[in-house]
Amino acid sequence: MAGGSIGLWTVPLAVFGGAIRVSTPFLFVSLGECITERSGRINLGLEGTLVMGAMSAYGISYLTGSPWLGVLAAGFTGALLGALHAGICSLPRVNDIAVGIALMLLGTGLAFFLGKPLIEPTAPRLPAIDFGWWSDIAQVRAALRINVLFLIGVALAPILFWAFRTTRWGLLIRTAGESSDAARAMGYSVLGIRLRATMVGGFLAGIGGSFLSLFYPGSWNEGLSSGQGITAVALVIFARWDPMLCLWASLAFGGAAALGPALQSVGITSGYHLFNAAPYILTLAIMIITCSPKRTLSGAPAELSITR
Amino acid sequence: MTSEAAETVDAVAISPAADGGFLQRYGASIEYILIPGAALIAALAVFGLFVFLFGKNPLNLYYYMYQGAFGTWFSWQNSLTRAAPLILTALCTALPAQLGMVIIGGEGALLIGALAATGAALALPSAPPLVVQLAMAGAGMLGGGLWIMLSGGLRQYRGVNETISSLLLVYIALAILNHLVEGPMRDPASLNKPSTPEIGAANMIGAIPGTEVHWGLVFGVIAAVASYILIYRTTFGFAARVAGGNIRAARIVGLNVGRLVMTICFLAGAAAGLAGMVEVAAVEGRANANLAAGYGFTGILVAFLARQNPLAIIPVAILLGGISASGGLLQRRLGLPDASVQVLQGIIFVFVLASDALYGRIGFLKGKS
Repeated sequence: MAGGSIGLWTVPLAVFGGAIRVSTPFLFVSLGECITERSGRINLGLEGTLVMGAMSAYGISYLTGSPWLGVLAAGFTGALLGALHAGICSLPRVNDIAVGIALMLLGTGLAFFLGKPLIEPTAPRLPAIDFGWWSDIAQVRAALRINVLFLIGVALAPILFWAFRTTRWGLLIRTAGESSDAARAMGYSVLGIRLRATMVGGFLAGIGGSFLSLFYPGSWNEGLSSGQGITAVALVIFARWDPMLCLWASLAFGGAAALGPALQSVGITSGYHLFNAAPYILTLAIMIITCSPKRTLSGAPAELSITR
Repeated sequence: MTSEAAETVDAVAISPAADGGFLQRYGASIEYILIPGAALIAALAVFGLFVFLFGKNPLNLYYYMYQGAFGTWFSWQNSLTRAAPLILTALCTALPAQLGMVIIGGEGALLIGALAATGAALALPSAPPLVVQLAMAGAGMLGGGLWIMLSGGLRQYRGVNETISSLLLVYIALAILNHLVEGPMRDPASLNKPSTPEIGAANMIGAIPGTEVHWGLVFGVIAAVASYILIYRTTFGFAARVAGGNIRAARIVGLNVGRLVMTICFLAGAAAGLAGMVEVAAVEGRANANLAAGYGFTGILVAFLARQNPLAIIPVAILLGGISASGGLLQRRLGLPDASVQVLQGIIFVFVLASDALYGRIGFLKGKS
């Protein structure tokens, strides 16, 4: 048993540490998607954005030696993909869900194509802050090695919550999402608002991808993301388009995703793959519980195609 | 997709059959070939530009793509072999699309179908091959059908978005596959690549005589034609298209929408499950991680490029089977990464969707009205 002196306590501790580590990509993608969906459009392509972000962050970090430039590059790649999504969706009679599926395929394909030479080299990774210095137990210290991006994400959730409520931009995004006619009547371009909202959403999702390749798991390979992007999109739905609920849901998801590796570390290896599917099963279960065929979801932007 | 079905009906109903010129009568049909064709060519041009940026000659690219896809009898057979599962997984998206549903979980149904088919074969060790093959096909279709029916049921009775649920089910299916082939169903002799035991050479479905293309292609063509007849020539299909066009109208005229959704989703999943059975019984001979080769995802593209028309799926699947067949040659001759095919598919998908904006806007096809 690898747990050593603290025995089975390793499992909850690893789940706790995992909740912090694994949740970061979920958090960024879901906050980004939250902005996009509040403006009345759904971008299912964030899975592709996440992988592209991971690849470009790793590449730029390797080439420049600065992981933070990598994070920035991932954000801009994501914003570009967001602009592509919004641009195509601005054309008449184009279905945003289908465009998302296309960008999911295109994003992962491009990332694998461009990232082929990056599988071998090692890029500088993001530093972590050691919050576990007070403890002698190695597992506690490992669980409390926290990345700055996680803290940024945690801070971003209340900021977005506040921005949606009180700022001019928040109001504009919500107006575009609730009634495009109202936004148009006020003299604003709905397509323009959605373009910006999708680009910001892509930017955040790209940063979520950079966390995957530059911190945890911390390398670039083709199996890096397996559905985190799409899970995060689903997460926004049952978080009721509320950034704070996105934060709590992301943490729960991180914990669920850390369950498989945590059990493996104490020697429970049978059913490893099934435990790895825990976030997807959890997503599906929560969607089944929270959705209803009778009414539209409370808090759903009225212009959103999946709720109409 | 919902409105497309309705538009087609309108065009047929409204356009005067007797007077009116050729363009006026067939303008809409020509559009359905011309616009996706133009999107395809534009996508190939952009892909050529893309590889040009990596220092490759686009003309070489097109030449090797043609050679690898349809240049020789050998590559034709390769393309057709790959087209077989694509036809079946494309039906998994195209059939629910008639109801206005976007199902993208064909890959999951394929994996579950493959597992069920393998399980059926392993459970019947001494039965005659024909019995085993029928049991495999039945189990594969049942497994895949129930898998997609789950998405349909969740949408119909719980209001869960079917696009997201079907995609989540892909990852769950993949986990189940990995769990079973590395655990309960593992052949202890498979060391490097965990796999189930082989289903036995006698139980494999062979090739169409005179070719190396397996019978799966015939299954696919039959399934596509049957789907076409079901959708466009039966009352059931008509009801499905009515519900896809206007669900409220469908309820008012007393259609049982729930039953339509469940039946269509079952058939859709059964098609993808049959693709899984074919991959086991004609290609792999056992279940392992090779089955998750992405046929389910390419099938989505096939369905969209064919504009969800089951008959159009056949040529489009052969075309995309050809593109993926040419991947190997592009890797060997041009040194392009194996993901090139995926990039091209993504570009095609984007152009095909963007071209949706062009329908009904091409001047000379409108005729005079």
